[in-house]
Amino acid sequence: MRDVAIVSFAQSSAAFEDERNEVEILLPVVQDAIADSHLKRSEIEFTCSGSSDFLQGQPFAFVMALDAIGAWPPIKESHVEQDGAWALYEAWVKIQTEDVDSALVYGFGKSASGDLPEVLALSMDPYCVTPLWPDMDSVSALQARQWMEKNGKTERDLAEIVQRNRRNATDNPHAIQKGEVSIEELLAEPHIASPLRASDCAGKADGASCVVLMAGERARELCERPVWIRGFDHRVDPAALGVRDLTTSSSAKIAGEKAGVGKDKIDFAELYAPYSHQEPILAESLGLGEDVLLNPSGGALGAHVLMSCGLQRIGEAAQRIASGKADRGLGHATHGAALQQNLVCVLEGE
Amino acid sequence: MADPVKSIVTPIQLTYDFTPGVAASKFLHGLANKKILGGACPQCKAVIVPPRGSCPMCAVATEEVVQVSDHGTIVTFSIVRVPSDNLDFELPYACITVLLDGAGLPFFHVVQGCDLDDVRMGMRVKAEWVEDDQLETSISSIKCFVPNGEPDADYETYKEHA
Amino acid sequence: MAELCGIVGIGQTELAAKRIDVSMPGLVREAAERALQDAELTWADIDAVVVGKAPDTFEGCLLPELYLADALGGAGKPMLRVHTAGSVGGSTANVAASLIQGGIHDRILTVAYEKQSESNAMWALTISAPFGVSVVAGAGGFFAPLIRGYMRRSGAPEDTGILTAVKDRLNALKNPYAHLKLPDISYDMVKESPMLWDPIRYLETCPSSDGACAMVMAREDLADKASKKPAWVHATAMRSEPTMFAGRDAINPEAGKQCARELYAKAGITNPRKEIDCAEVYVPFAWFEAMWMENLGFAPEGEGWKAVHDGSTELDGDIPWNMSGGVLSSNPIGASGMLRFAEAAMQVRGQAGEHQVDGAKVALGHAYGGGSQYFSMWLVGAEKP
Repeated sequence: MRDVAIVSFAQSSAAFEDERNEVEILLPVVQDAIADSHLKRSEIEFTCSGSSDFLQGQPFAFVMALDAIGAWPPIKESHVEQDGAWALYEAWVKIQTEDVDSALVYGFGKSASGDLPEVLALSMDPYCVTPLWPDMDSVSALQARQWMEKNGKTERDLAEIVQRNRRNATDNPHAIQKGEVSIEELLAEPHIASPLRASDCAGKADGASCVVLMAGERARELCERPVWIRGFDHRVDPAALGVRDLTTSSSAKIAGEKAGVGKDKIDFAELYAPYSHQEPILAESLGLGEDVLLNPSGGALGAHVLMSCGLQRIGEAAQRIASGKADRGLGHATHGAALQQNLVCVLEGE
Repeated sequence: MADPVKSIVTPIQLTYDFTPGVAASKFLHGLANKKILGGACPQCKAVIVPPRGSCPMCAVATEEVVQVSDHGTIVTFSIVRVPSDNLDFELPYACITVLLDGAGLPFFHVVQGCDLDDVRMGMRVKAEWVEDDQLETSISSIKCFVPNGEPDADYETYKEHA
Repeated sequence: MAELCGIVGIGQTELAAKRIDVSMPGLVREAAERALQDAELTWADIDAVVVGKAPDTFEGCLLPELYLADALGGAGKPMLRVHTAGSVGGSTANVAASLIQGGIHDRILTVAYEKQSESNAMWALTISAPFGVSVVAGAGGFFAPLIRGYMRRSGAPEDTGILTAVKDRLNALKNPYAHLKLPDISYDMVKESPMLWDPIRYLETCPSSDGACAMVMAREDLADKASKKPAWVHATAMRSEPTMFAGRDAINPEAGKQCARELYAKAGITNPRKEIDCAEVYVPFAWFEAMWMENLGFAPEGEGWKAVHDGSTELDGDIPWNMSGGVLSSNPIGASGMLRFAEAAMQVRGQAGEHQVDGAKVALGHAYGGGSQYFSMWLVGAEKP
């Protein structure tokens, strides 16, 4: 396996309804990531992105993003209809084939345009489930109830997770839900789908993020502390909610094992948990002990830009390591109902 | 036993709030004032119409707003005869790409007010605007393009876009 | 390339206007099971699944690969979903191959599909944003002006499209899976068919199809042990360029030319027309055969139409194109690119039945998408590179 490092990361500040279009949001983010990589645009050999047409209600939404990334002269480029974290995976694989040494990866979305939980109902079984329009908040609530009952947890436990993430987000200039909030304030909110309250749900925001990868020695020339990808894996579970144990995430467990999470000490984890109860489920599935710092950036509860959030977890993790605040950590991404598909990227500083 | 169910119809309706973006908003406001505005690239100088905030070739922000003429040249065209649910024009019609004077690239619209057989590459056209009281921040402020009576443009002038 | 990738199993479904006899999972499984059977492998032998399809609005099902994880034996495995517009079937195959070439997995199942009868493809392709105007009626509306530009530029005879339309439909009669079977197809029949987007006639246009295609790819040593002869991936390439920009040549796009050049360089090919035995090329509107001849370097600029007129691209010509009937005979949009790649692989494995080119050793698979801006290609061979 070739050694591949994250040499730069940039993200937009999440916004509830950005007045800019995707191109305008993406352009400065891509420019910043390229500038911080100390590479010229023409030196970056492969480009890969993640986005979803349905978020904007327009097919081929990703095509317009080409305007922001300098696709002239023509570039080697690919796209996945998944979070940018999976685009990062595709780019990492491309580097492993030795066809390229570097890659520019981005994820973006204007999910604030539509009713996101409703839109996501379309990602379920189209014959027997979607016609019931089970919005994603309600589906996640089913999982939350099961987890609480099994583990003897309460809504107060959920509120504590929300409080901690918002507190962490206070230091994150790009986060949107941040600040001190008391447990009482949180518990005073009405349920939107019991046991979940609006604060338990990450909501939706417009934004974009971008990562630059470089293989081998060259990474050391480009930045002070290259952050190496030590393990990278993703897995998917069956779709139907009734055939899996929702109180755990077996695909996250397998992905964590294959990515080598347990091989050495993990200082922190950036987990893409768009619902508060999903953070402990993921921590447990990944075998993370109590001493592991969770979501120092504020996580998805701090800012949820669908299609970019996973890439941002990995980027935030890389930044934390690059700055010297930690040595080894992981970034995680998820897709689908109740943690159906999961990706784990284990990072280690030089 | 009943016949097996072979298909079901599940209607889907989703509503989106669409944001055209900062650059496109300027374009749309221009249309409400009978102006066609583009974004100029500081690097290659091309004027992008309609503007999307970035120059597709240079990937830099096109902040400078430039007005282009509402006269232009038909770069290429097609006579559309195929029915579709969401068309704005009656069949058959001539859809065109028109290179407006001053713009760096052509864009799609429709030419009317002449025989379909007369539509040709190089034809000179101008925008026909709606009545003043119907102007709004929408491309529909331009009803269509019509011949402007000038002699055809030389192939050389638009060849690179054809 | 670090590792060599072999294609050990290929499967496709019957391609038709409406596959009302199967659900979406049924459709993808039909192709996947056939590919596994061809490879003499089981679901358990597969390490990862790569799915490709075009916009989700074609079926009205968002991120359908999540729902299809079960049908594709994906539980507990890595699953990727590629989407690069019309070229997606090809890009998906390339991404799948890279998982082998990068030494990540031993055996991959890749599937590309479209069940576009479930939604309305014409509508899905014509959705315009608010503040916009709906002039471009479907893909044809975008490409017809380009074809007119090519006619002007090259001086090609006006019936060039008709010849390709007839050839591809005659080829389709020899392909048991093809959608359009028009045994009475003739020059006059095409010429007299209605004009849809001048200069594109109805019979010069691809149909709208449901269908799926699947391949099983394996690491070199596993492919060596496969019961049937594998096809070997000699080279892959992808290129993209923006849709519209000042001075863009959308008729002979630079991205396509560069993509082909890189492909040939990687495979050590200097004269594609001579050194490649046959090609499956993405031709959704008949005139594109002449245009892609030039873009792919099979003919000098301005002369692609000559190969169409002199019979070179016929099944028994010196450079057969679209022996399967091509996109003009079957177009499940998300799968079409992979069908081209798979048919190329079938040729070098000698498994193309009635539409087999005798002795085909090296074949090209090509796909494009968007406003002629996304290109993906591969070269496969009967022998290792």
